[in-house]
Parts: sequence; C-alpha cells; structure tokens
Amino acid sequence: MKKTLVLGVIAASLFSIGAQAETLRFGMDMNYPPFSKQGADGKPQGFDVDMANALCAAMKATCQIVPQDWDGLIPALNANKFDAIISSMQITPERQKAVDFTNKYYNIASRIITKVGTKVDQNTFKGKKIGVLRASTQEKFAKDYWGKDGASIVAYNKAPESFLDLKAGRVDAVFVDGAVGDQEFLKTANGKGYAFVGPNYSDPKYFGLGAGIAVKKGNKALAERLNKAIAEIRKNGSYKKVQDKYFSFDVYGN
Amino acid sequence: MIDFALIADKLPSFLGATDGAPMMSTADGLLMTLELLALSLFFGLALSVPLALGRVSKNKWIARPVWLFTYVFRGTPMLVQLFIIYYGLSQFDWVRSSWAWEYLQSAYVCAIIAFTLNTSAYTTEIIAGQIRNTHWGEIEAAKAMGMSKWLMMRRIVVPSALRRALPAYSNEVIMMLQGTSIAGLVTLADLTGVARRIYADTYQAFEPFLVAGAFYLTLTVLFVWLFKRAEKRWLAFLGPRKA
Repeated sequence: MKKTLVLGVIAASLFSIGAQAETLRFGMDMNYPPFSKQGADGKPQGFDVDMANALCAAMKATCQIVPQDWDGLIPALNANKFDAIISSMQITPERQKAVDFTNKYYNIASRIITKVGTKVDQNTFKGKKIGVLRASTQEKFAKDYWGKDGASIVAYNKAPESFLDLKAGRVDAVFVDGAVGDQEFLKTANGKGYAFVGPNYSDPKYFGLGAGIAVKKGNKALAERLNKAIAEIRKNGSYKKVQDKYFSFDVYGN
Repeated sequence: MIDFALIADKLPSFLGATDGAPMMSTADGLLMTLELLALSLFFGLALSVPLALGRVSKNKWIARPVWLFTYVFRGTPMLVQLFIIYYGLSQFDWVRSSWAWEYLQSAYVCAIIAFTLNTSAYTTEIIAGQIRNTHWGEIEAAKAMGMSKWLMMRRIVVPSALRRALPAYSNEVIMMLQGTSIAGLVTLADLTGVARRIYADTYQAFEPFLVAGAFYLTLTVLFVWLFKRAEKRWLAFLGPRKA
C-alpha cells in the first residue's frame, strides 16, 4: 500500500517535470559540417543544430542533441534513442518506408567535386572511382548513374574521409551535398585545385524533396508540430538568421 | 522478431553476390575476411620467426629494437594502427609521390600491412617466450652433439619452440579473425563491412550482424578444431604416455 503511494508520488512528480519543460531529443550525425560537427569545446555546432534549436524555441521545448553515426540513425530512432532525426536527411520514398518525415527544411543540390578542368558526363567516370557517403542518397544515385557505366562507387563512413581520399588520389571524384562540399572542402586549404564540375543533381526520384526531419513511423503528432514550427520560423525570421549564419544563398529552394 | 526472409534474401551478399551479381563474382564478404586473415597471418608468421630470434638475442642492438616494435604494436589498438597507415600516411606529399604509393593507395594493402605488423608483434612474443622456455636437456643434448649455435637454433630450438607455441598461436589466429572486422572502416567489404552495408540499406541491425556473427563463430569453431588436430600431432610428445 505504502509502496504504491510512494510510486504514485514519484510518478506524479516526474509527470509535472515533464509538463513544465518538454525535452525533445534529436538524433544527429556529427560528421557533416557545416550542418553538424563537434565544436572545439565538444558541443554540437552547425546548421542542423541551430535549426533544431530554432524549432524547439518555436515549440517552447528544450532541445537535446544525441550524436549517432549516420548509418545507425534510423535504427536508433526506431529503438527510441531519440524522438526525431534532424541530420540533413533527404526525404526519399525508400526512407519513407522506414520513418515518417516532416516537410523539407532545406533543399540543396548534390555536386561532383574533382580536379579543376575535368569534364563530366555520364561516361567520363568509366573505370574511375567516385567517393560517396555510405547509405546516402548520393550513393544510390551514383551507383545507378555512373556505376552502371563502369565507375566504381566507394562508400565512406564519414564525409571528411572521402575528401581525404580525394586529395590522396584514392578516388577520382567525390559526389556530395553541394553545401558540404563547398564549405568543408573547396573553401578550405585542402580544396585548392579542386572544383565543382558538371550540373546540379537534384532528381527527386533519388534526392527526394529536400531534407526533412524524420520521426518514428506513425508519430503524426510530432511531425505535425514540427511542420507548424518550420512554417513559423520561416515566417518570423529565425530561419533566415540561421541560414545567413552559414550560407550566402537561399537553402530552402522553391 | 527475426526477419528470416531478409536473412535468406541477403545471405548471398556475404558470399560475394553484390547488387544482384552472382555469388563469388566479387571478393566481398567471407572471401575478403579469409584473404585478409590468411595473407596477414602468413606474412606475420614469416616475420615473427626472425624477430623472435632477435628478441632473445644477447646483443642489445638487436634485442632492443625488436622489443620496442612489439611493445608499440601490442600497446596500441589495431584500429589506430590501421587509421594511421591508411589515412595518416596519405596526408604526406612525399609518401604520395614515392614508389610506395602505388601500394599504399589501396585499402586492401594498407589493411594487410596493419594486420601483418600487429599479428607479427604478438606472434614474436609468443615464439620468443617458447624459445626461452626450451628445456635445458634439449640444449645440452645439442651441445653434446657438437652443434654450433646456429645449427642448434635451426634444428632443435626453433622447431621445438614453434611446436610448443601452437596453443598460444591458435588464440592469436582467432583474435586476428575477429580483428579483421575493422577492415570495413577503410572502405573494404569484409563480413562486417557487408553486414554494415545491409544495415545501411535496410535499416535493420539485428539480422545482418547476426549472420556476420554466425560466420565468425563457424570459422572460429573450424580453426579451433584444426588447431586441436595439429596439437595432437605435433605436441603428442608432451602428453601423458599412452599405455
């Protein structure tokens, strides 16, 4: 009797804490600068982090960022390690089978990076190696587009590792999200002599409708609240503030 | 629960059937793991016999460097060694412009170098330990026969030490089998690498790693059995006398 009473009191107090300040846990791959990286002080930094905080502010909740390697994000979401994924994840039909998405929160095309002066068309990469992030939309596209034509697609666990190997000459090109390639490779000292070549790749069949926030399948309530929050920060200017901190162009797309 | 349909569907991927290609058309999966293991064990063992002789040498200019080598490679994780060799070396222009780059640019070669150095450090210590443990009777008998130091090493001490090293070496082989699972981190598709790829494609963690684990377990059982047979044959002289 006493035990149930004590338990009841504990439960009630826990409940009231929960009601006061809701904590939303966001899973994020911390190796995708400028969208996400571990800062020098060990704290998460980047566009996705600021976006999460802006959304939480709009939802009057507290944000908690949970680091998780990219290829484990969706399994960890399904295992309830966090409530949502905000990690530059492109909305694709394949992923929609596993999770539910909000509307896009940005949409940036993917690009090929290679040595300056290389011409790119579907055949240029025959017998060449293209680095991609494992389990990314770029990997699927590259396999179908260049892989079928005799290019070998090399999958990396982290985007910076693919830049290291491009520089080292282990791959002939890297196919990557345009913003990541620009900020983290081309604009750094390492990227000298390299450039974007060829067109913007944004075929919705592969790259989906832009990056969305993933929630567990069936968690419509949270997806709706996040959609409202995205609409709100688009309107009240906090979206633009975050965008301008990292990019000099419109990342939302049309 | 366990998705048996997924396991049945993806099982050929562990045997080299990548992206719809027939089985064994690529070295992905089981074959890659066995290649990495066999090559690194072969080179590792070949290196470790002379190194073990150096390790027990009375000349400190020989013994000390070998001691340093085994301590450095046993004192650091194999993952760190692999990253230093694969990502670390490639940062230096002089490495990339040297003749060695032709080999070092391949992840496969880097993995074999890292694994070889690691296993040879452990194996050197195993063999050196058994050389020191050689029964004084064997040495006295060799000296009584008038053998020179090197003839004694070649005919008596080393063969005897290698036999007695078998049980410890079987452990090293099994540890190396499990150790090769880090090859996936430098873009190679060994058993674990294939499991990671399936995990990334299907978002299911349990089934692919369960299958990879079953492969490693089966290989371990096989190796244990092989070494038991080898010990029976080559270590029979240490066993109790049969009536």
